[in-house]
Amino acid sequence: MNMIKPINLLLTAVLLSSPVMAQTPEERGLEIAKEAKQRDLGWGDMQADMLMVLRNKQGEESVREIRLKSLEQENDGDKSLSVFDKPRDVKGTAFLSFSHPVGADDQWLYLPALKRVKRIASRNKSGPFMGSEFAFEDLSSFEIEKYSYKFIQDEACEAGQCFVVDQYPVDKNSGYTRRVVWMDHEEYRIWKVEFYDRKNSLLKTLTFSGYQQYLDKYWRADLQQMTNHQNGKSTDLKWGNYQFRVGLSDKDFNKNSLKRAR
Amino acid sequence: MKEKLFASVLRHPILVVLFTIVLVVLAAAGAKNLVFKSDYRVFFSDENPQLIAYESMQNIYNKSDNVSFIVVPADGNVFTPETLDIVGRMTTDAWQVPYSTRVDSITNFQYTWAEEDDMIVEDLVMEGVELDQPALDRIRQISISEPQLLNKIVSEQGHVTIVNVTVQLPGIDPVAEVPEVVAKVREIQQQFMAENPGLEIKLSGIVMMNNSFAESSLEDNATLVPAMFGVVIITMLFLLRTFSGTLSTVVIIAASIASAMGLAGWGGLYLTGPSAGAPTMILTLAVADCVHILSTMFYEMRQGEEKKKALLDSLRINFQPIMLTSVTTAIGFLSMNFSDSPPFRDLGNIVAAGVMLAFVFSVTLFPALLMILPVRVKVRTEEDRDWTRSLAGFVTDKRKLLLPGMSVIMIALIAFLPQNRLNDDFVKYFDTSVPFRQATDFMQDNLSGMTQLEISINSGESSGINDPNYLMKLGAFSDWLREQPETDHVNTLSDTLMRLNKNMHADDETYYRLPEDRELSAQYLLLYEMSLPYGLDLNNQLNVDKSSVRLIGTFRNMTSNELVKLEERINNWFKTNASEYNAQVTGPNLMFAHISQRNIQSMLTGIALALVLISLLLGIALRSVRFGLISLIPNLAPAMMGFGMWYLIDGQVGLGLSVVAGMTLGIVVDDTVHFLSKYLHARRHRNADAEAAVRYAFGSVGRALWVTTFVLVCGFMVLAQSSFKLNADMGFLTAVTILIALIVDFLFLPPLLMKLDGNKEKITVENSVGVEK
Repeated sequence: MNMIKPINLLLTAVLLSSPVMAQTPEERGLEIAKEAKQRDLGWGDMQADMLMVLRNKQGEESVREIRLKSLEQENDGDKSLSVFDKPRDVKGTAFLSFSHPVGADDQWLYLPALKRVKRIASRNKSGPFMGSEFAFEDLSSFEIEKYSYKFIQDEACEAGQCFVVDQYPVDKNSGYTRRVVWMDHEEYRIWKVEFYDRKNSLLKTLTFSGYQQYLDKYWRADLQQMTNHQNGKSTDLKWGNYQFRVGLSDKDFNKNSLKRAR
Repeated sequence: MKEKLFASVLRHPILVVLFTIVLVVLAAAGAKNLVFKSDYRVFFSDENPQLIAYESMQNIYNKSDNVSFIVVPADGNVFTPETLDIVGRMTTDAWQVPYSTRVDSITNFQYTWAEEDDMIVEDLVMEGVELDQPALDRIRQISISEPQLLNKIVSEQGHVTIVNVTVQLPGIDPVAEVPEVVAKVREIQQQFMAENPGLEIKLSGIVMMNNSFAESSLEDNATLVPAMFGVVIITMLFLLRTFSGTLSTVVIIAASIASAMGLAGWGGLYLTGPSAGAPTMILTLAVADCVHILSTMFYEMRQGEEKKKALLDSLRINFQPIMLTSVTTAIGFLSMNFSDSPPFRDLGNIVAAGVMLAFVFSVTLFPALLMILPVRVKVRTEEDRDWTRSLAGFVTDKRKLLLPGMSVIMIALIAFLPQNRLNDDFVKYFDTSVPFRQATDFMQDNLSGMTQLEISINSGESSGINDPNYLMKLGAFSDWLREQPETDHVNTLSDTLMRLNKNMHADDETYYRLPEDRELSAQYLLLYEMSLPYGLDLNNQLNVDKSSVRLIGTFRNMTSNELVKLEERINNWFKTNASEYNAQVTGPNLMFAHISQRNIQSMLTGIALALVLISLLLGIALRSVRFGLISLIPNLAPAMMGFGMWYLIDGQVGLGLSVVAGMTLGIVVDDTVHFLSKYLHARRHRNADAEAAVRYAFGSVGRALWVTTFVLVCGFMVLAQSSFKLNADMGFLTAVTILIALIVDFLFLPPLLMKLDGNKEKITVENSVGVEK
């Protein structure tokens, strides 16, 4: 019973789309990803405040505060600079990352207690970010080349109709076999992502809410909620003070700028 | 009432048989709901304080259920390109184990090192990199000098290594989850062993242990129950020489087991190691009812009665005694409801139900079957009667010697009782024929034991773990714990921080020490956490607001006493050295270490209550307070003597044995009931003096007592062959206790009666409770 339904839907989706476009689900998935990326191009630079609330199964809570600056790069991953404000004992720690669509990112960390900048050579992007349920790879910028795609179906969602697309990470150091993404037809905003672990069982669900439009074009969610189904922990990520085109440039994103970041 | 019942049963035997079969089938259909719950946690009630502490620690950090692949290369060297390649591939495959959340091995160990201002974090053995001899030497050097790996993941000689898989069982379908994990784990084991001849892979860990509870019990039932049926059939054929009687008895036993287990299924009970022993016990206990009915019937038939009349007489004579003994046996088993450990409550209830069902069947289905089947009686010689008569002669002649002699033996045995030591080492719940036990023993001999203590140290403030004072205490405690003779391994955050401090100072060895500044340590951890891969994070050691650290100590396998002592020493260390922090010690082994103590305390209430109820019943049945009180001695002494003897045999009392006293109480009472009622019958109705009454009692029930005791001892000795030590010990001690009870009833009770009762010529019904008919 349960097997039949998705297959039917899949068949319907294929039958409906094939006469018009003669497109495979893979091509369709890629096309959707390209469109989404296309619509989000050109924001230039931005900064925002992040508040993370971590919870464990026992109900304990903990808070992290981070300020984030990003610079859009053409034909490469974005540059980003994060400054940690809370917990108090990491205040002033700054993290600079040049993300790349394929291969290891370049990463530097400024440790105020040591007064030194350290380069971190690691291919790992799948570990938890500051002990939260967000992996580093969940937070880095979306690039077409990071995944291969497969369109699954159209489905009703909060924002009307959504594309449901499987995304398969290309990087073999990823913690996932795939992500399932729900993206609305109108604005190509992500509403939900399901993460499947290395043995392809559901690991986490991320939901987005409170979307606002900036510069009349770019949609950003105020709240991202990540729930880990396997360990019962969850993390809320709240965004505030989004500012676009504040005049950041490459010189704000280098080793020297790290020390000044606080 | 009962006369009418017996009459109608004997008039419509076929109807009774069909009707009972329908009922039995309906009840037995519940067995389809009866599934095995393979989880050691079933041994603990929801209120168990150790379980509550443990569960809350699992919720704060991550669960620590695991499977260990113990990899033993044929050439005795883990550090070869071939073996490292195998370990690497196995690490990757282990991620496919259902519910796995973490895999630790030498190959994916996150090795950190420094190069000027660069910090490099990478797998200790990188995939697809050619390994030359210097590289292999370097990997060996790093592995055996890394405190996180040495003795936990790799042996010091480098001849054995472990791939450890942490699983997070959702607990939604506890029946299916463990077998699912085990199936995948065994598939990986088989595949790697097939591809690499000479390579050996053994499986240990909590999940394998959970699985062994189910497998070992189910295998037991597949061999022990048929073996026991064999014993019953042979004994009955040999001693009672009746085919129809034996067949009918087997039917009664089968019906009792099927209905009792079926009802357990309808009642929504799970099977567990102990409750899986229920069929063997019901089987053993159900035999006695049938033996009593058959022997009286045959006696009557030999006297010349026709079958129907003989059967009716037998039912009439035996109804009250077998009801009484069934009820007392059931009360004994029901006393297990006071146990702190739910599986033993289930066992007690299932067996009690089985015993009462066996009683009902033996006064309905049993006579109906005997009516339908042909029954012939062969003339028998009187040799057995001679045997009991000479025993009676011996007892009455030597009573002046027997009474003090037996008293001394009884007191001497009971004196050993307090010498027994409490011990629940769950590894030793399985005998050495069980693969899990073999693997775990091997692991203990070559790497580390399976005993783990989880110690959570709470700083009391958010991010408090970075406080230099806290870290200093954590480091000092880790050092102290490592020095303890029981310790095999300590996994502690202080090691990680020392290594990071060194890395941050260009790998300068002099910085292999704890950071002296709160911010420094917080920032190191931030850096480190950001560079770890999926599943190898620190969330299993740190809570979310970084106010506490969980340290995991691994120890050689030890007794409950030793473990509780170690727990005390740990608590004392914190009291004297770090009283500002709150430390909590938990772990599955510790839960088991405390359970016998708790269980014995709770069982004592149950036994006391059962004893009161049974004594009351006996007083009423014997219609005498005085004899009710005298019966206390032969009822209580056997279990106490059994435990005294246990000290001489083994001396370690665990969870399984803590219920034996309650269980045997109801069984050994039967012998006393039969002997005393015959003795009193002679005294009251035959004007016999004490000595003659003893002779009469021996003559009329001596043989039946011997036969039923023989069957019971055989039955529990069959259970004693179980590979599951809880059941094996329980079976063995029960058998010993029942045998002792018979000896006490034959050699001690009669001289005691003659002593206490002998100076009165004729007994009057003093303090009579019931009224003579």
